[in-house]
Amino acid sequence: MKQFISFVKKEFHHIARDKRTLFILLGMPIMQILIFGFALTNEVKNSKIAILDQSNDPSTQALRSELDASRYFDITQDLHSYQEIEAAFKKGKIKMAVIFPARLANDLDHFNTAQVQLVADASDPNVANTLTNYATAIILDYQDRITNNRRLPYTIKTEMRMLYNPQLKGAYSFVPGVMAMVLMLVCTLMTAITIVREKELGTMEIMLVSPMQPFKIVVAKAVPYLLLSIVNISSILLLSVFVLDVPVNGSLLLLIFESILFTLTCLAFGLLISTKTDSQQTAMFIALTGMFLPTIMLSGFMFPIENMPLPLRILSNIVPAKWFYYIVKEVMIKGLGITAVWKETLILTGMLLFLLVLSIRNFKIRLA
Amino acid sequence: MTNTAIHAEGLTKRFGDFTAVDAISFEVKKGEIFGFLGANGAGKTTAMRMLCGLSIPTAGKASVAGFDVYKQTEQIKRSIGYMSQKFSLYEDLTVRENIRFYAGIYGKSDAFIKEKTAFLLKELHLEAEANKLVRSLPLGWKQKLAFSVAIFHEPEIVFLDEPTGGVDPVTRREFWNMIYKAAERGITIFVTTHYMDEAEYCNRVSIMVDGRIDALDTPTQLKKTFEVRSMDEVFLKLARRAKRSGD
Repeated sequence: MKQFISFVKKEFHHIARDKRTLFILLGMPIMQILIFGFALTNEVKNSKIAILDQSNDPSTQALRSELDASRYFDITQDLHSYQEIEAAFKKGKIKMAVIFPARLANDLDHFNTAQVQLVADASDPNVANTLTNYATAIILDYQDRITNNRRLPYTIKTEMRMLYNPQLKGAYSFVPGVMAMVLMLVCTLMTAITIVREKELGTMEIMLVSPMQPFKIVVAKAVPYLLLSIVNISSILLLSVFVLDVPVNGSLLLLIFESILFTLTCLAFGLLISTKTDSQQTAMFIALTGMFLPTIMLSGFMFPIENMPLPLRILSNIVPAKWFYYIVKEVMIKGLGITAVWKETLILTGMLLFLLVLSIRNFKIRLA
Repeated sequence: MTNTAIHAEGLTKRFGDFTAVDAISFEVKKGEIFGFLGANGAGKTTAMRMLCGLSIPTAGKASVAGFDVYKQTEQIKRSIGYMSQKFSLYEDLTVRENIRFYAGIYGKSDAFIKEKTAFLLKELHLEAEANKLVRSLPLGWKQKLAFSVAIFHEPEIVFLDEPTGGVDPVTRREFWNMIYKAAERGITIFVTTHYMDEAEYCNRVSIMVDGRIDALDTPTQLKKTFEVRSMDEVFLKLARRAKRSGD
């Protein structure tokens, strides 16, 4: 035990001495949460739009003020002809143009129907889609109000309720994603590098000649990163609750337990890499391509897995981050308990054991 | 208590078809400075790894500090020190932290470490540098510190794998003085080297060629047997017989 403690102490010395890396390790989750929370968001707010009003009657004025009042749109330009529409788009000043045809109120009164044209800049299809949806909703809302007095014979209305995330906030999906990413980076990458560094330095040999058992060396290497990860988990959760208003709906204890399980899986993977490589560069390269890319691409955090072709969907099953991401969403956002995620928990545990056994076996083979 | 520190009999290591170490037999007495020579690829490192408990022999018998290399590797590890050709202290730790760490993994008590560290720093004239990073020390000092760390836990035997590589002649001389001092205290020294002048410093020398020990005697006797004036020539005479090429 004494050996073990002096080893862990030494690891902390290494980490504390390398201020830049320490700063990155502890600062990265905070930066990522803040960047994802405030800068990179797929919500559309205050988009600049232009209006071409060829009618200028009470109805179009009402619609106009509805659009302007919503927090999604900002009317920045009034157009006077069709030619100006394209010019405005070309200048890149607006994201969407709303065109009211001539005699809109008149048509509504006499034919019970009128048309509004929405022209959106679809060079970014997602934004264009979102904007036209919002605008359509606002226009339908207005229609509802004016038809309230006159009863239509048949109408079907859809009532929508967004469960678990009523405001459709992006934070609900990226907080779990960032957690997976950060833990993976700290644990897999750092353990792999720190063990391979000892090999490069030749200090690993000294340690193997010492009476310290190889198993203890490995565990002692992992302990500081496990602790760092717990700090990171805490800072991510605190930020998401107090800054981004993403609540922890389920059991905090379960969430932390699952995070530690995932952390251990990442550590085991880092260990496996370190037994297979002899240079820090190779270790870093394998950790990044083998763990970081799949975590971003195949965990469902950036791109929905449901839409992927079958081979990728199958492949995504071996990415630990996919299961962790799912678990965090279920526990943190939906507030479900272990009964909802026991299967995923078992899968992660299985992966952990598999990686551990494999890497310890590799470690021993190297010694013979 | 016998007077033998290392005993090997027919010690062999094969990797597939390749016989790295071919049935070597030798004995090292307690307190002896034993030079283990050989060209690159002759099998020195493999033999040394087996004696340190890092590698399991394919055949033969060997005991280190009275412990069997097959079954008692744990006890062996406790009784030996090791210094490799690669510089093996942590550059980003201070002198004191390095000493603490290596003493710590040998399970030494805090009191022991504290007392011995003070003594060691004084002996090496490193008191002023105790809290400086090892990175900032000159190579010669680092090497001496590494040796002191390797025998800090007071092992019976210390294995030195080309300990003076890349060090200037003056420092090498000082380094050998340290080795003599350690030997006087009863520590057995098992050292590999490429410098033939260093071989002259050893009590006895073995020379490995193609996995076998082709010569083993005192430097004086070896020179007599081969009818030459220096160890350099002894080594060259033997090394020319090698069929394997060095790497």
